[in-house]
Amino acid sequence: MMKKCDVIIIGAGVVGNAIARELSRYEVSIAVLEKELDVAMGASSRNSGVLHSGIHYKPGTLRARLSVQGNAMMKDLCSDLKIKIEYIGKLTVAQDEDGIETLHSLKEQGEANNVPGLEILDQEQMQQIQPGVGGIKALYSPSTGIICPYGLSIALAENAAANGVEFYLGHGVTNISKNSREFVVNTAQGEEFEAPVLINSAGLFSDRVCEMLGIDEYRIYPCRGEYLVLDKRLKGTLSTLVYPAPRKGGAGLGIHLTNTVDGNILIGPSSEYVDEPDDFASTSEIMTQLKKEGHELLPELSTTDFIRSFSGLRAKQNPPEVGGYKDFIIESRDDFPGFINLVGIESPGLTSAPAIGLMAKEMVGRFVDLKDKDRFVSERPGSVGFFHELPEEKKADLVAKNPDYGEVICRCEQITKKEILDAIQNPLRNSTINGIKYRSRAMMGRCQGGFCLPRIVEILKQEFGYKPEDYLLQSKGSPLFSGRVR
Amino acid sequence: MQNIKHDLVVIGGGPAGLAAAISARRNGCRDVLLIERAKTYGGILNQCIHDGFGLHRFGETLTGPEYAQLYIDEFKAQRLEAMLGTIVLSMDSGRNLYVSSRNGFKKIEAGAVILSMGCRERTAGAISLPGTRPAGIYTAGAAQNFINLQNIMVGKQAVIMGSGDIGLIMARRMTLEGAKVESVFEILPYASGLPRNIQQCLNDYDIPLHLSTSVINLHGKERLTGVTVAEVNEGLMPVPGTERYVPCDTLLLSVGLIPENELSRGANVVMESRTGGAQVDDTLMTSLPGVFSCGNVLHVHDLVDHVSEEAELAGRFAVEYLDGGIQPRESYIQIEPGEGVRYVLPQKVSGARDFTLSLRVAAPSRNQSVWVKDSEKKLARKKMLRLHPAEMVRIKVKANKLGSAKRLCVSVK
Ligand SMILES: Cc1cc2nc3c(=O)[nH]c(=O)nc-3n(C[C@H](O)[C@H](O)[C@H](O)COP(=O)(O)OP(=O)(O)OC[C@H]3O[C@@H](n4cnc5c(N)ncnc54)[C@H](O)[C@@H]3O)c2cc1C
Ligand SMILES: Cc1cc2nc3c(=O)[nH]c(=O)nc-3n(C[C@H](O)[C@H](O)[C@H](O)COP(=O)(O)OP(=O)(O)OC[C@H]3O[C@@H](n4cnc5c(N)ncnc54)[C@H](O)[C@@H]3O)c2cc1C
Repeated sequence: MMKKCDVIIIGAGVVGNAIARELSRYEVSIAVLEKELDVAMGASSRNSGVLHSGIHYKPGTLRARLSVQGNAMMKDLCSDLKIKIEYIGKLTVAQDEDGIETLHSLKEQGEANNVPGLEILDQEQMQQIQPGVGGIKALYSPSTGIICPYGLSIALAENAAANGVEFYLGHGVTNISKNSREFVVNTAQGEEFEAPVLINSAGLFSDRVCEMLGIDEYRIYPCRGEYLVLDKRLKGTLSTLVYPAPRKGGAGLGIHLTNTVDGNILIGPSSEYVDEPDDFASTSEIMTQLKKEGHELLPELSTTDFIRSFSGLRAKQNPPEVGGYKDFIIESRDDFPGFINLVGIESPGLTSAPAIGLMAKEMVGRFVDLKDKDRFVSERPGSVGFFHELPEEKKADLVAKNPDYGEVICRCEQITKKEILDAIQNPLRNSTINGIKYRSRAMMGRCQGGFCLPRIVEILKQEFGYKPEDYLLQSKGSPLFSGRVR
Repeated sequence: MQNIKHDLVVIGGGPAGLAAAISARRNGCRDVLLIERAKTYGGILNQCIHDGFGLHRFGETLTGPEYAQLYIDEFKAQRLEAMLGTIVLSMDSGRNLYVSSRNGFKKIEAGAVILSMGCRERTAGAISLPGTRPAGIYTAGAAQNFINLQNIMVGKQAVIMGSGDIGLIMARRMTLEGAKVESVFEILPYASGLPRNIQQCLNDYDIPLHLSTSVINLHGKERLTGVTVAEVNEGLMPVPGTERYVPCDTLLLSVGLIPENELSRGANVVMESRTGGAQVDDTLMTSLPGVFSCGNVLHVHDLVDHVSEEAELAGRFAVEYLDGGIQPRESYIQIEPGEGVRYVLPQKVSGARDFTLSLRVAAPSRNQSVWVKDSEKKLARKKMLRLHPAEMVRIKVKANKLGSAKRLCVSVK
């Protein structure tokens, strides 16, 4: 197959999807090439889900500007995309005089970055916001929020697709060349795409994409952050985010508790450099450490409250011996006109994504004519949140209208058959088990699918004709089953 | 929204719920409603197609479905009412339930409730298993469901982690279906499943059981390619140098069952951390008046016969409660696990009637006795040739022996 279009985007993480969605407002044809069978299988589904306020970044950097701008854009975006978002604020807590000094410099830095509403609080004021919180002073940033990172990534992609963007899932880019006018991009499936504009948003693999063009000045050092997920039983114990005042030279913001919009709490992330850009293993050393810190941070935690572990990889530009942070690289390359290159989009990449989308659009506009589409649809159909979050009367109405709402398939998260069917029939036509999981939340609760996976398998068999070999966990090489019982 | 009332609502249609409902009817309750989220009765027994059920009650060994059928037939003969395919989503302390099914979302007010929701399996996440997260990792019960109910084979080369009964039974089942079961690895120095299952499911098929050994790492990015196992010390920590790699494409976890008490917690029923179930008195009533608990949701049973027996008591006492015969008391005799006992149930008794204690010991032993004592006073004793944590012990205590006891201690000596 040979496909010609105006813009090719490599990588369907939150960044690639935000760019795709932004460009889908205009009369341009866009192909997004993603090596995995679903969007957001990289860093974009494996992070803290925090909308950072922007206090941590040096004024004048892209990280400072784009995070503050992205944070501010997120509210309207989420309302359009029907995504839950909660601005729950954050306390950055100092334990000693040094810490207090750090708070003041963070406040100054934040104000220089135009972060709204920053305040230094004393113990009494801190207790009002989060009863029981330790520390002597805190910097309060009301614009810090939480969001479901894969929910946002998927929603951006679905909305982009609804506006004409073509997503090629399972299409890993292996080779790129440039002829006089176009980039020619080949995939592992043997297909070829051509476009005058090429965008590299391949996250942890962005250095490899650069290399395909012969650009060798970048190198990504994956830095793993492990997390533990806590049972929803503890929902409500945190009303705001509480972070330790950062230490100098650290590669992350320190281990802390983060609420998710779906009612769990995350402990993490750790920070450890690894060799491979897809080494998502969890380790017993870190899990033990996270549990210990979890018990200290949350005394009511019991050993049965840990329901799962996961890890994500930060796309660091500095080698381990240097550590720390570098600014995002977002550049329109002069040596390859039309090549828009995004490298090292680590935290706050999620927060910044909508603003990165705008910035990339400006760059694209220099190469192709961005004419407004008559019929750009900014809203995603459906409603915010899950069936089980609705008031009882509303549930009764919906079940009366559609009995599939009455059948609860995932008992832990109380996800209904209707929601599972919607997830199976998703607009991006992903057909993996993890795809159903990320869209419906089934299998994400305390029994981790022990109960509902067999029932989802049955639905796929009965209503969609799946055979045992059709079930994939998330990639071609991850079949769930070995065949029929003999 | 439809709002209905029933005298007694039984939540769960497994062996516990069925026996409780039947018993309530036999004891005179006319208005019993059983609610089951599956489309069929029988609970976990439906996927237990092996035999070994009912030896105590019926003197013969039945398969799980056969055992369940006896109760289903009786349930129907008694013309008991049920809502199948209906899940109870929440319950409050006033016994108001919200239920959902294809027929609608309803509120039910219950005069009394029997909790018999069974249990679920512990997962890889719950035991914080390190490593990657590829396909091929299943709880033994989920694998049992795929193989026995859906005719789907989960893998070709399996390792089983944990020696719980379901894991042992699945070791045999996988072997019979042509898979190679490499080994069963148990972290404790003894097996947690029943001795007869060790014999019939492992020894008879030459499947090795490695005690004091655990799976410490998972490998494979897409499908499981192998596990690392290691011997563990007394503190259950891996002993360096004993690690070895076992190739496999499937890992089945049989690492414990957790009573499914989310509904109970939602209604603020007082729970017991040792059992994972509710605290109950000698009528099996929980801390909430009119709410009773029995079967695996109360504590994990090894024999279904005991489940049925316990559930019959719950049914009987629920009817007594509805008739005004049971009221929460001001004081109870507390029952506590002593030396060598992991847990004992009920946690408190009225002293008004004879009762049976259910308990599990902490470690295997031979030629010991289980004692029930009021400080030094011996109230009951059961001599046991063999004691094993996998086998629940039941011991009867007579009310007329209690005297002025305030606190009983149950121990192994
Ligand atoms: C532990 C951790 C915690 C974080 N916490 C936060 C936070 O709280 N707030 C915040 O704002 N940010 C946070 N971040 C940062 C944020 O997650 C990232 O900045 C963001 O997800 C980056 O998105 P992306 O689209 O660039 O990368 P990715 O999501 O990794 O997407 C890149 C995509 O490119 C695909 N790809 C790669 N190579 C190819 C190829 N050759 N062909 C086709 N496709 C390819 C990949 O499969 C992948 O889907 C965190 C990150 C980590 C790791
Ligand atoms: C795999 C396995 C093998 C076993 N092998 C043997 C054996 O060989 N011999 C033997 O004697 N015993 C055996 N047992 C033990 C015995 O079968 C169980 O202890 C017994 O089935 C437990 O009965 P139960 O009714 O408490 O729970 P379950 O059988 O689990 O029934 C609970 C029911 O409640 C329903 N339910 C739960 N929550 C809700 C809700 N919110 N709304 C509506 N319905 C709900 C569930 O759908 C389920 O049907 C085995 C157990 C297992 C799990």
